[in-house]
Amino acid sequence: MSAVQQYIDLYHSQQNLIADHSSPVMNALRDEAVALLESRGLPTLKDEEFRRTDIESLYAPDYGLNLGRVNIEINPYEVFRCDVPNLSTLLYFVVNDTFYAQAQPAAGKLPEGVLAGSLCEMAKQYPQLVARYYGRAADMKRDGTVALNTAFAQDGFFLYIPDGVVVEKPIQLVNILRGNVDFMVNRRLLIVVGKGAQAKLLVCDHSDESSVRFLASQVCEIFVDDDAVFDYYDMEESSENTAKVASVFVRQGARSNVLVNGIVLHNGVTRSNYYSTFDGEHAELSLCGMGIVDKEQSVDTYTFIDHAVSHCHSNELFKYVLNDSARGSFCGRILVRHGAQKTEAYQGNKNLCASPQAKMYTKPQLEIYADDVKCSHGATVGQLDQNALFYMRSRGIPEAEARMLLMFAFTNDVIEQVRLDALKDRLRQLVEKRFRGELAKCSGCQACR
Amino acid sequence: MKQDNPNEILNDVTANEYKYGFVTDIETDIIPKGLSEDIIRHISQKKGEPEWLLEFRLKAYAYWKTLEMPHWAHLTIPEIDYQAISYYAAPKTKQAPKSLEEVDPELRKTFDKLGISLEEQMKLSGIAVDAVMDSVSVRTTFKEKLAELGVIFCSFSEAVKDYPDLVKRYLGSVVSYRDNFFAALNSAVFSDGSFVYIPKGVRCPMELSTYFRINAANTGQFERTLIVADDDSYVSYLEGCTAPMRDENQLHAAIVEIVVHDRAEVKYSTVQNWYPGDKEGKGGIYNFVTKRGMCKGDHSKLSWTQVETGSAITWKYPSCVLAGDHSVGEFYSVAVTNNYQQADTGTKMIHIGKNTRSTIVSKGISAGRSQNSYRGLVKVLPGAENARNFTQCDSLLLSSDCGAHTFPYMDIQNDTAIVEHEATTSKINEDQIFYCNQRGIPTEDAVGLIVNGYAKEVMNKLPMEFAVEAQKLLQISLEGSVG
Repeated sequence: MSAVQQYIDLYHSQQNLIADHSSPVMNALRDEAVALLESRGLPTLKDEEFRRTDIESLYAPDYGLNLGRVNIEINPYEVFRCDVPNLSTLLYFVVNDTFYAQAQPAAGKLPEGVLAGSLCEMAKQYPQLVARYYGRAADMKRDGTVALNTAFAQDGFFLYIPDGVVVEKPIQLVNILRGNVDFMVNRRLLIVVGKGAQAKLLVCDHSDESSVRFLASQVCEIFVDDDAVFDYYDMEESSENTAKVASVFVRQGARSNVLVNGIVLHNGVTRSNYYSTFDGEHAELSLCGMGIVDKEQSVDTYTFIDHAVSHCHSNELFKYVLNDSARGSFCGRILVRHGAQKTEAYQGNKNLCASPQAKMYTKPQLEIYADDVKCSHGATVGQLDQNALFYMRSRGIPEAEARMLLMFAFTNDVIEQVRLDALKDRLRQLVEKRFRGELAKCSGCQACR
Repeated sequence: MKQDNPNEILNDVTANEYKYGFVTDIETDIIPKGLSEDIIRHISQKKGEPEWLLEFRLKAYAYWKTLEMPHWAHLTIPEIDYQAISYYAAPKTKQAPKSLEEVDPELRKTFDKLGISLEEQMKLSGIAVDAVMDSVSVRTTFKEKLAELGVIFCSFSEAVKDYPDLVKRYLGSVVSYRDNFFAALNSAVFSDGSFVYIPKGVRCPMELSTYFRINAANTGQFERTLIVADDDSYVSYLEGCTAPMRDENQLHAAIVEIVVHDRAEVKYSTVQNWYPGDKEGKGGIYNFVTKRGMCKGDHSKLSWTQVETGSAITWKYPSCVLAGDHSVGEFYSVAVTNNYQQADTGTKMIHIGKNTRSTIVSKGISAGRSQNSYRGLVKVLPGAENARNFTQCDSLLLSSDCGAHTFPYMDIQNDTAIVEHEATTSKINEDQIFYCNQRGIPTEDAVGLIVNGYAKEVMNKLPMEFAVEAQKLLQISLEGSVG
């Protein structure tokens, strides 16, 4: 049986169970999603955009799904380890793919009119509001993973910032994966930022260091209206047994400013898709990300920025450090449509291959149909600068330390893009810890000498 | 005034009257349209080929039948009816001409019109020319002189007769008939082409050149070029092409194979000027060519330089397989598209040997409603220690309706590799035009100057004679320097 067939069969047999434990707004899209899944299937290695991640094999195992919404006993504060010092946030939890209602900030802490919480519950309470946005940006025809997510997603996180409201405190969402059997989660995030509103959302993913395999499918839709400012940080720190297939869809209104920053510190297989469309002029997008990948891990990023209107500005920067037998892949596509004059689009992908077995595939693409534009892309694959390394060693810095410093400096560009000082510091710490942790682990190992 | 309307000037600069659109009234031997085993046997028989070559063709044809036309390129290609093409057309000659006087005067006139007078070439410029009309080599000049050095430069069919061992050894060794759809088609029906062999230690004293021309209607041109440079040799090879203006599209699916042995160097330059179709995009040549060189030996070097101005659709990726240690691959390209032309071109650099280096410089210029894409692959295999690549591809947009695209692929499987890719897309800088205007240079000339300067990096790599032609093709007045 093909990987996709088991999901189609599961859907048909459990249709009512899925619907009963979700909301009508979310249920409304399921039939179409399954029909698309049936006709198109999941992406295969033959699909140009999915050549480096075998999606079918990720979806093939017989995962458990919590369609009946069985309550999972967990104290999220115990599992949660990544509080940011000196940064007080409004903290929310999603356990597997269920919003954890028992632990959330007191209602008074949010500015008036701001809605944050369970997507399923919000869709029941404010069906018109959610229906106006749910599934509108996430194009199910894009690929089978989005359709599959739409067919099975029952809950997730919903954030609504009304026009003109500025949420000073960053909002933090912690996704926790926990299970006793191989487990699949279908999470859904829906974020709506009204005209002139401002907010910052920090999402981090964690899973138990267990032998259980997780497949986390996440679709995030972000609507940023005219003149609004929104920051989206996504940090991945899970286990090697975790595979994540995530798609982020951004729609931007005129003069809006959006920052999307995806950081992969630790994960098994990560496939991230970023789709961004400019709907209004003079909007600005900064899309960046980094990955520290080693062992057998793989990180695969696909970005697509659609300059549909003129006078927009996009800036893209992705950096990867690959160690051991890690595999990295980056495919960035910028489309400047006919008439989108005065577009400025820059794209950069820089990669560090630090071991002979590491592999990097990069494909930066520009597709331009307008003449008055400034577009550039650059991609490099290389190693640490031997001269810099030698210089540091000649100054008495041990080689391992010097390497770490250089790798750290390499990734620092992406951290610099973060617009929250406390988070910047925290990220620097985490990255350093990550580099050190790996180095410490490997210092005695025969293979790494 | 003219310079007050930049659009008009741009139109002028890019409007390229196709000068080579004439048809030569010459008796041509065309076989019936269509493709079948019988046709292939017929071609083979007509050319008096040995059995092994016929087998090669039939194998390729059998494989071709299993394939489907690929559609991954950023091109809109109308359906091609492969049964509506005649796969063999040759100017009728009674016997192979021994001297220039014996060459059909009409034919000589044709080549005179193309600016490659066989006589003049022979006497003045000292370039050995192999002229290929409708896929058959009509005349190779300077053959005797080259033979003194042991250089073999002849038509492919002669090579099959005279040097079967060499041909057998190298034919299909770089581009197998299983390589791709058009390579399979070419392997089945190729009619002629050029063969070059440079023996050990010989530095070919003159540029070798082939001129291709499609003359007859409803035919395709399927030539094959095979260049072998033995140890320590050097050769510079030029290729030019033209075709008459016709309303229907014609297919050109050639193969170029190059083998470079130890310490040898091959420089391959192309000025491609097939008929690009009219202003409405009607007619023109489909130029679907497979070009690949194998740097087999250590310290070998292969350099591709191409100026692509013609063809309705250009779809080709001259590539280098850097198998030998310390081998070097280079690719310099200027691709100009105008009106409704489409181009999806670039290169592949496959690093296999240690300390291999490659450089890619690609300049795209799009005007009118054309679509111009760069697509390139840099692949570093696990064994390719210290591989180095630098890629730069720039696009210049001259109208608001055209498109410029870049699709670079980088597959790096070795941690000692250093690979860089840079690309920019922009229109002509208004500041630069303004600066020129200020200095009394009219906008028209300024655009010419800027475009010329933009393409200079590549033009400089062309042999002088070709550079002149290429610059003319770019419709740009020369400034100061020659060549």
